[in-house]
Amino acid sequence: MRRSATAYWTGFCIILALLIVAPLVLPEFWRRFVTEILIWGLLAMSSDILIGYTGIISFGHSVFFGLAGAAAVATFVALFATRLREIYFSITTLVFSQIFYVVIFTWTEVTGGENGLAFSQPLLSIPGIWSARFTPVTLHWFVLAVVTISFLMLRRVTQSPFGMVLQAIRENEPRARAIGYSIERYKIVAVMLSGIFAGLAGVLYAIQNKFAAPDFVFFLVSGEVVIFNVMGGVGTLVGPLAGAAFFLLLREGFSRYFTEYYLIPVGIIFTAMVIFMPQGLLGFAKRWLNQ
Amino acid sequence: MAIPLEQILIQTINGIVNGMILALVASGLTLIFGIMDVVNFAHGDLVMLGGFVGAITIAATGNFWLALLVAAVVIAVFGAVLQATTLRPLIGRDPLTTILATFGISLVLQKYAIWQWGPSARRIQEPITGNFSLFYLQYPWYRLLTAVLAAAIIGALYLFLRYGKYGIWIRATTQDRVMAQAMGIPVPLVHTTVFAIGAGMAAASGVLFGPLGGVTQNIGLDFTLRAFIVVVVGGMGNLGGSILASIFISLLEAYAALIVSPAQAVIVSFIALILTLLFRPTGLFVPTPK
Repeated sequence: MRRSATAYWTGFCIILALLIVAPLVLPEFWRRFVTEILIWGLLAMSSDILIGYTGIISFGHSVFFGLAGAAAVATFVALFATRLREIYFSITTLVFSQIFYVVIFTWTEVTGGENGLAFSQPLLSIPGIWSARFTPVTLHWFVLAVVTISFLMLRRVTQSPFGMVLQAIRENEPRARAIGYSIERYKIVAVMLSGIFAGLAGVLYAIQNKFAAPDFVFFLVSGEVVIFNVMGGVGTLVGPLAGAAFFLLLREGFSRYFTEYYLIPVGIIFTAMVIFMPQGLLGFAKRWLNQ
Repeated sequence: MAIPLEQILIQTINGIVNGMILALVASGLTLIFGIMDVVNFAHGDLVMLGGFVGAITIAATGNFWLALLVAAVVIAVFGAVLQATTLRPLIGRDPLTTILATFGISLVLQKYAIWQWGPSARRIQEPITGNFSLFYLQYPWYRLLTAVLAAAIIGALYLFLRYGKYGIWIRATTQDRVMAQAMGIPVPLVHTTVFAIGAGMAAASGVLFGPLGGVTQNIGLDFTLRAFIVVVVGGMGNLGGSILASIFISLLEAYAALIVSPAQAVIVSFIALILTLLFRPTGLFVPTPK
């Protein structure tokens, strides 16, 4: 047990070090690519709280990603959706994402409608003391710092008694209820937590692209988040991050041959993984290493 | 703001017609859910595929009825293959995995359709072109025919489930899978057949919908979403409830379209769904459980 913890933190430090060095050595295209993986990875980790730890699939995660006021929206959605059983939860979150999509799409005065909103990149600053423009390298470090801190926080949360209760809900909801936990409250907090970090990822994405569009809220983004989770391995936090990297690499590779139809092969791989590799890449790798 | 009575009547008819097409989609979905706990996220995409197959058949033969039949049969066979290859391995696992698997299928089908047939809408020529006058409008007979056809298909399904030998097998499997197996019913075969029937019905609604709205590759998500709303509002796995809920939801949307834009009218049905889930999660159109 002790040894595996040491190995874990060694691995963590090595990967972190690689990611810090990455922007200095990689060419422009791949630098941007790695930054993007980190942002999507944060989004994937945030939804892992729901899929992997609480056992409920959110098909509306794009809402939190696309809206800056994610915490407020998450609370609102959570109040409705957490009373529901698994399948209903998925459908309701999907419906909420469609509602917000319609609202944003038709409310053009505020949101810019289909065109979205372009804005100038904010400055990287400590208020009143120091400020500088984002360069691709500092942006990468900034994103890396936010994602790393978020990861550590999420990891702490999932290992706390609160996280244990969430896992108990996933394993056996009636029993967790019978022991006396207020399932609804735990689920609401889980959705809020997840929403906050998803919102954070959305903000990072908007800073990177200097752009916010209704497509952020669209169903497809939520779907991709679910794909990241399943590909990487749910309930591991690291897995979804790896899944995001895997998905983006697949997309990069397949778009060479399939152009915008890369989702055909990727979708087939995803479906096959659901059937044959339900633990995802990480679970598969673990089993392979243990042999 | 006063809304003229004629408009309300016209929207009532529109709502019922749309509701019957939706009922055809939703009854397949609810049948599949009822029998194998599969939440079929790709159901709307089967509607879309059916529409395309129908459009191609019409382009080749010019016969609407043949197209309806061909689309239903082709997509039913396709559905059976889909079920046997992707859903059968998932039996006995968490129902959530079926959401994921069918979601993957849905992505592939959508992208395949746009790759194969391009983004432009295909219109299916209606088999009868006559109109009758309804107040100030020339109302096409075809719309009424759609509602009748949809009702006929659903009626045939009901009779089949009620009296047919295989229909009784299906109902037995829905009630108790293990017991049905013990009585010698080939349960895996029943599952595949039900999925095929559901897929065929979805395809038929795609062809029926073709002349009204045109077939594009993105009608799938819209149909999936609506069908889900209807199935939940009507009570999961409850055939009669789904039909009533289809008409109820379509009427709500039709009336809402009088006041707000059609894009925003969709929100009304979302709100109906959320209210249902909050206050009566077993469904609006089922007897109160005792």
